[in-house]
Amino acid sequence: MNAPVTIDDKQEHASPHERERLVVIGNGMAGCRAVEEILSRDADRYAITIFGAEPRVNYDRIMLSPVLAGDKSFEEIIINDQSWYDDNGIELVSGDAVIAIKREAREVVSASGRVTPYDRLLIATGSDPFIIPVPGHKLSGVITFRDLDDVDKMLTAAETGGHAVVIGGGLLGLEAAHGLSLRGMKVTVLHLMPTLMERQLDEAAGFLLRSELERRGQTIITQADTAEIMGDSHVTGVKLKDGTEIDADLVVMAVGIKPSVNLAKTAELEVERGIVVDDDMVTSDPAILAVGECVQHRGACYGLVAPLWEMCRALADFMTSDPSGYVGSVTATKLKVSGINLFSAGDFSGGDDTEDIVMRDASRGVYKRVVVKGDRLIGAVLYGDTADGSWYFDLLKRQEDISDIREALIFGQAFASGGATLDPDSAVAALSLDAEICGCNGVTKGQVVACIDGGANDLDSVRAGCKASASCGSCTGLVESLLSISLGEDYGGARTVTPMCQCTSFTHEDVRRNILEKELKSIPQVMQELHWTTPDGCASCRPALNYYLLCAWPTEHEEDPQSRFVNERMHANIQKDGTYSVVPRMWGGITTPNELRAIADAADKYEARLVKVTGGQRLDIFGIKKEDLPSIWADLNAAGMVSGHAYGKALRTVKTCVGSEWCRFGTQDSTGLGIKAEQMTWGSWMPHKFKIAVSGCPRNCAEASIKDLGIICVDSGYELSVGGNGGIHLRGTDFLCKAETEEAALEYIAAFVQLYREEARYLDRTAPWVERVGMDYIKGRIVEDEPGRKALQERFLFAQSVHQKDPWAERVAGAESHLHKHIAEIRPFAILEPA
Amino acid sequence: MVEAKWIDIGPVEQLPALGARTLPVQGGQEIAIFRTATGSIHALANKCPHKDGPLSQGMVHDTSVTCPLHNWRISLLTGEALGEDKGCVPVIPVKVDAGRIYIERVAALAGVA
Repeated sequence: MNAPVTIDDKQEHASPHERERLVVIGNGMAGCRAVEEILSRDADRYAITIFGAEPRVNYDRIMLSPVLAGDKSFEEIIINDQSWYDDNGIELVSGDAVIAIKREAREVVSASGRVTPYDRLLIATGSDPFIIPVPGHKLSGVITFRDLDDVDKMLTAAETGGHAVVIGGGLLGLEAAHGLSLRGMKVTVLHLMPTLMERQLDEAAGFLLRSELERRGQTIITQADTAEIMGDSHVTGVKLKDGTEIDADLVVMAVGIKPSVNLAKTAELEVERGIVVDDDMVTSDPAILAVGECVQHRGACYGLVAPLWEMCRALADFMTSDPSGYVGSVTATKLKVSGINLFSAGDFSGGDDTEDIVMRDASRGVYKRVVVKGDRLIGAVLYGDTADGSWYFDLLKRQEDISDIREALIFGQAFASGGATLDPDSAVAALSLDAEICGCNGVTKGQVVACIDGGANDLDSVRAGCKASASCGSCTGLVESLLSISLGEDYGGARTVTPMCQCTSFTHEDVRRNILEKELKSIPQVMQELHWTTPDGCASCRPALNYYLLCAWPTEHEEDPQSRFVNERMHANIQKDGTYSVVPRMWGGITTPNELRAIADAADKYEARLVKVTGGQRLDIFGIKKEDLPSIWADLNAAGMVSGHAYGKALRTVKTCVGSEWCRFGTQDSTGLGIKAEQMTWGSWMPHKFKIAVSGCPRNCAEASIKDLGIICVDSGYELSVGGNGGIHLRGTDFLCKAETEEAALEYIAAFVQLYREEARYLDRTAPWVERVGMDYIKGRIVEDEPGRKALQERFLFAQSVHQKDPWAERVAGAESHLHKHIAEIRPFAILEPA
Repeated sequence: MVEAKWIDIGPVEQLPALGARTLPVQGGQEIAIFRTATGSIHALANKCPHKDGPLSQGMVHDTSVTCPLHNWRISLLTGEALGEDKGCVPVIPVKVDAGRIYIERVAALAGVA
């Protein structure tokens, strides 16, 4: 660490008094590393004094997590022991913090009153943990995770076991949680964001990490906004803004760090988020330099260790008269939790001119994503297999041209260095005959080839013949390569089925089948297990997946509002000018004077620009601002009306005629049946919008023969027909069956709706679905199979027991209120009014 | 200290991931503030270049937003329409500092008399 020193050098700097006096504030990693770097360049140039606030020698702060987890002792993480200070003639003032910098006099004052003059001053005060100022944050038992004292407190708390709550699911928080969990505490991690470590990980990797931590027994609560830390003198629990209470004997706040800048600010140095430094690490005062987590360089502050080394090199070069300049750092992150391999580096936020290459291996729990811009790698996220992390990081830092290895980049260094440009077919051709192609069914390449030789000439016949690609389908590409290699020009090409969207090779049916078979319960889980090729899907697959999941798992599904189209997110119909229209439900098209008065009052109060009777016999109030939606709903709720779901892929309306109650031709109570059908079916989410009509006689005034489900009453009962559409392609309904009673008619309706919900593709109306599967199939399931019909009805009614809630009432009660409020408002000159 | 060049518009947590919120400017053009899955924050004029659709109500994916009216895809980085469509919406510089969102004053007030 010392450069060899010659006698001559010593003579040039005869006595310490003639050396420049360098005072370092901060005995942490940055301060000491800077001193080491300076000493290695010119050991005798400065007379050095280091002030440290902690009463101990310099240690490796990033190794505190292993100390907490019991993997290392304090002695093992000491970087410089007392003899280093002694041997280099450095004066260490530990346990006595500097409290003021007097720039005019060029001296610093410490807490004990000691005054020390300097020629050059180096500020390396690092950062302070960020404390959320919620009630109770000063209770005993609430600590941060920053220094050895914190670790000691955690170890003491862990001796008696109990519950620990870690606030913050970033790098530091998860390492604290891991350590406490290993020390025997029951750990809950609270994280404000939807995914863990969202700065370093994308949603997919964050999901995998969460699953693994939960498997290890930690409780992870995301989108957890801490309201209060409870307890009289010692902490007893944490309360969230949603009212949840969690027991706690220890609370660790690890929500982030902020540059420690108070000293610099008081001395009136230029400070923004950190102490502003130039490329030589010089502050706004030429005699004062700064380095480490306390600085802001070219607008960036760093909280990781690697940039610190680079800053210290530039600083030492400058201070020994050989300036090189610091240009900023590209950072990489690894989580120090044993058994979890996770790496992230660079920029993975994506963009128009960037390309994502994603590889997922569900069976090994691997997720890899590299982000390429032009011919350069700019970011990487690896989970499960991080062996190539340093290789990617190196490519990224050196900005190496990767165009030659692009095709093989995602497979890692060993593969890409093979050099050959990858043709998927030749890679498959090179596999040995006993290489496994289909992991689900254990089918080897030899068996697939034998099957093709035996006459199979397309994917479906291979699936039928040897079961390869017949389960999860992720080996479909490999099987198609084998078909193309074996059959050459005779191969008709990849099958013509259309995948769900460009993010996947799976069809809608494949995805739905896998959701059920593999019990997939969340969007990120589907994307991982089914090898999605984009990190967070697109506007086309996300709403479809949200629907498929809620249909498959009505009680367990967690709604993802960001995967809903605007109308379903806002529970109103967006109009071309950005306002909304509001349609209250009117059962069977029946209304009352009271309801009409409430609608008229609301139209006046919210300055509706139009009220219109819709094609489905409802009233549509136009021109409502998104901010006013919760209040107009509250007013309509008060008059007994609920959401009409006129905006949803859901049951829209049941249109009726007046039927036998009034009409001289009416054969049955069509209005009554319409109301019953609407009351059974409203609130149910479906692949697309769904309309029902009930006509009281074959004159068909309710236009039942162009609805998704139409009922025409006749003297002897009810004729049900399905698959009609009055849209772009006019289509009359096909006859389904006849029911003799209302009860039987309702059973058929429930069964048909559920079959449509379970089997149609998202965004398919009933018309194209009926045409694709055929009426014979539908009659087979609904009419001929009575137990099947009853099971469908039962599943529908069960889903309805969960979904049949008025979304307007929920919003009025405050749910998702941010959707209806501005984030803030700018008023020029008066400037700002937070919402 | 943050220089007066930037206006503080509130904490990052007020924006849901893959979501957006609006920032009206008195006498000027309403701004939409977006947050992507990776947490990056972007601001565009809240008006699709196609037919003035409110981009804040669109679906955010990767670094683009799909307009709720006619499914135009707009880049959050450049404001340009992606794919076959042509058009561009103003991008307003934003930055995040210590968990708060700041918007550039001059660009935010563009067009205010």
